[in-house]
Amino acid sequence: MTVATVSTQGSEPVFHVIDEHAHPEGASTMLGFWIYLMSDCLIFAMLFATYGVLGGNYAAGPAPKDLFDLKLVALNTTMLLLSSITYGFAMLTMEKSKIGQTQLWLAITGLFGLAFLGIELTEFAHMIHEGATPQRSAFLSSFFTLVGTHGLHVTFGLVWLVTLMVQTARFGLTEANRRRLMCLSMFWHFLDVVWIGVFTFVYLLGMLR
Amino acid sequence: MTTEARTLEANAGGHGHDDHGGAAHGSLKTYLIGFGLSVVLTAVPFWLVMTGAIADKQVTALIVLVLAAVQIVVHMIYFLHMNTRSENGWTMMAMIFTVIMVVIALTGSLWVMHHLNVNMMPIHDMSQMP
Repeated sequence: MTVATVSTQGSEPVFHVIDEHAHPEGASTMLGFWIYLMSDCLIFAMLFATYGVLGGNYAAGPAPKDLFDLKLVALNTTMLLLSSITYGFAMLTMEKSKIGQTQLWLAITGLFGLAFLGIELTEFAHMIHEGATPQRSAFLSSFFTLVGTHGLHVTFGLVWLVTLMVQTARFGLTEANRRRLMCLSMFWHFLDVVWIGVFTFVYLLGMLR
Repeated sequence: MTTEARTLEANAGGHGHDDHGGAAHGSLKTYLIGFGLSVVLTAVPFWLVMTGAIADKQVTALIVLVLAAVQIVVHMIYFLHMNTRSENGWTMMAMIFTVIMVVIALTGSLWVMHHLNVNMMPIHDMSQMP
């Protein structure tokens, strides 16, 4: 973007960077992280496509109607939505540099995330106990891959959350920690967006199928 | 060309390196609006499917899909603070590119595989086999 060609009369063309301005540390982090999220979005899109193609192949095994409990999914969705708004509150208190409140909201977010994971793992355990394992049919393989990948993202988000809480407790709300918390904020809200796709395509449309 | 490049650079440099790199922030109001909308947009499709309020399943599915699309936009605006200005519009450009890729990949896969299923895989009745 900043490279321009300047050709003076009779001499070789000169390539140089004009007007190179200062790049403060972390100035491009948010954009870079956003591009990472978009690439993650492509991973999920592929898993959704796989589920869309294979989701109807039950191999004479259990279908969504036999397996899914929408009340549990609704509870799960509530947990993730609540964790999204509490992370928002953590961001708002962070901007006011209230470190104690920020930590409190982050902890509440973590607990909601943990509740989400707990409910999801309970659901998985119940399904596997009934014999609906990933090996049972193409539908179940793609289901466990898609929902499991999302759950794995939430797990890593939680690890990241705890790491940042420790960082904030030790070093305070420094510029670097604020930047990291904002990246995690984007990651966490992005996971909620993916979950909208999951509960719509997999659970709600699965029950209608 | 040099002056043109300089002008572009001056325009770009003007906003690109603010204290927070041009990322947008939310306020309590926008978060609460987003949350309220999300709750409604989540509750309605669950209610529709769980109670079977609309007899026609195709209509229900269509409404559920539309509500999901609206909720994704709500999350993008109120939680992820998407707008056309942050990072000089590059976040929006990256997202538009991703959306195009996702739409091509999703519709392409579903379309092609659906036709493969319909045209290439006749149902074998094994009891008729010799």
